Amino acid sequence: MSSPSDTLHESSPAPTEANPHREALEQAYGPLEYSVYRGQQRVVVPAEKSFDVLALLKQRGFDLLVDVSCVDYLEYRGATDRYGLIYLLASTTSNERLTVRAFVNDPEPAIASVVPLWKAANWLEREVWDMFGIHFTGHPDLRRLVMPEAFTAHPLRKDYPLQGRGERHNFPVITRDHS
Amino acid sequence: MSIAPAEHEAHPESRSEDYLWTLNFGPQHPATHTTLRLVLKLEGERVVDADPEMGYLHSGFEKIGEHLTFNQYVTVTDRMNYISPMANNVAWHHAVETLLGIELTPRGSYIRTIIAELARISDHLLCNGAVGLDTGAFTFFLYGFYQREVIYDIFETLCGARFTNSYTRVGGVSQDFTPLVIEKIRSFLKTFPKTLDDMERLLNRNRIFVDRTKGVGLLTKEEAINRGATGPVARASGVTRDLRRDEPYLAYADLDFQVCCASAGDCYARYLVRMQEMRESLKIVEQALENLPAGPVNVGIDQRTALPNKKQVYSTIEGTISHFELAMSNRGFEVPCEETYAAIEAPNGELGFYIVGDGNDQAYRARCRPPSVLHFAMFPHLIRGHTLSDVVAVLGSLNIIAAELDR
Repeated sequence: MSSPSDTLHESSPAPTEANPHREALEQAYGPLEYSVYRGQQRVVVPAEKSFDVLALLKQRGFDLLVDVSCVDYLEYRGATDRYGLIYLLASTTSNERLTVRAFVNDPEPAIASVVPLWKAANWLEREVWDMFGIHFTGHPDLRRLVMPEAFTAHPLRKDYPLQGRGERHNFPVITRDHS
Repeated sequence: MSIAPAEHEAHPESRSEDYLWTLNFGPQHPATHTTLRLVLKLEGERVVDADPEMGYLHSGFEKIGEHLTFNQYVTVTDRMNYISPMANNVAWHHAVETLLGIELTPRGSYIRTIIAELARISDHLLCNGAVGLDTGAFTFFLYGFYQREVIYDIFETLCGARFTNSYTRVGGVSQDFTPLVIEKIRSFLKTFPKTLDDMERLLNRNRIFVDRTKGVGLLTKEEAINRGATGPVARASGVTRDLRRDEPYLAYADLDFQVCCASAGDCYARYLVRMQEMRESLKIVEQALENLPAGPVNVGIDQRTALPNKKQVYSTIEGTISHFELAMSNRGFEVPCEETYAAIEAPNGELGFYIVGDGNDQAYRARCRPPSVLHFAMFPHLIRGHTLSDVVAVLGSLNIIAAELDR
């Protein structure tokens, strides 16, 4: 039985292969954790330098911010940090892609907002704040995006149960007499 | 325009101005077509600012994705974009297969290409139809809806469901094409161009429609890139990015088609791009259908991902073992502890899934990159300075699907 991993993307560049973006990043910020999986380039940057790294990458041609997202590594085997921010970048001219990851931790997870670089980040960061409770410093309008304003939890965190904590059943009902 | 575009979506100064009329548009309104809400600040009939709100259809799709297996979750992706569910099925399993490292059989990838393009046609018919409907062209909408029904009929013949198809599986699809399906698609390919010609004759030079959409909701190329626009919205603004051409997935590398672009960036350009894309989709479907490779539709038994067919289960020991192991909850796929992102060119933009695998056949995290969110976020930018009647034209041309917006 062949393992599924050796059937696809054998031609992807090995992690040691020279990459101009990697070299530029490492020249500016020292050695970074860089990896390639299934042909996708990923780089891990320290959270406090994330804004500068993304600004540099934008200058280097990654003009499209595809997505800002987050993963809660609470139950992930071998994980040392709690939240992993994910910035998916793409270039509309050279069609390259790059995934930038940065880790933040409790008790007050925070990272610099990239809204000054891409306006696309505005709602994406609001959603991450809503779902994971990560504070984006410098965000112009950090409100909840999906959940109601009065909601207190951050539902995509791994310690939040699938069926909720009873918010649905304890929802305040306004009756006609008390409206 | 008398109103200068502001830097950010939220402007404190316009909120404090008490002479502005506040109009609540939605969450239930025939012209929103879906459940979303806009709080409009009006000065007379002119929209000074808009505050879009979402979340009315939030159903925790991403949370559910962490509790359903890769094959089960496809039913949720149907509900995510109910205008083109087939495209979402393809997007989800494309992402899963990227994570698992599965390469489809040629027939499987051609079949997925065909259904994804049919889904694109049905989406563009509805989207353009809705723009026409909102600007007063009811006939145009009915022309589009009739053809959508034909596509639904093809899907029903193919997999038994008209609307929520759940057609794809990890490593393949649930049903192979039958001669009847191929015949129905062929007859659709023959009849549809005529309807498309009629639709273009109805609206392309229609004075009312052109006046309502030309120059409305302008999005420049720089703004489109900066605000993360993808799909027809970006291409109507001159961004020549199409994942089908730029990162060929499925069978697109073998097929000949044009990437439809416009430079005007207004509602009319978005309408034209969608009309033209339907013609290109027809070309793709035709080529793929005529060159449909023979052979198995699902990946082989040795990959242990797609369920073997009945004959294999009953007559071969590998088939029996594979079927048994896939049905057992503690066996199943070999999932790497890794993270991948894979996207397809969905009808309304780049639809991608960022999947984190942790060895189980459920995703540890199944992030959906919804094009609707980014398009809805740029709505205040597009509508500022236009009149109230332009709200529906702009909203319709962005093709926002609320279930995908809120997930």
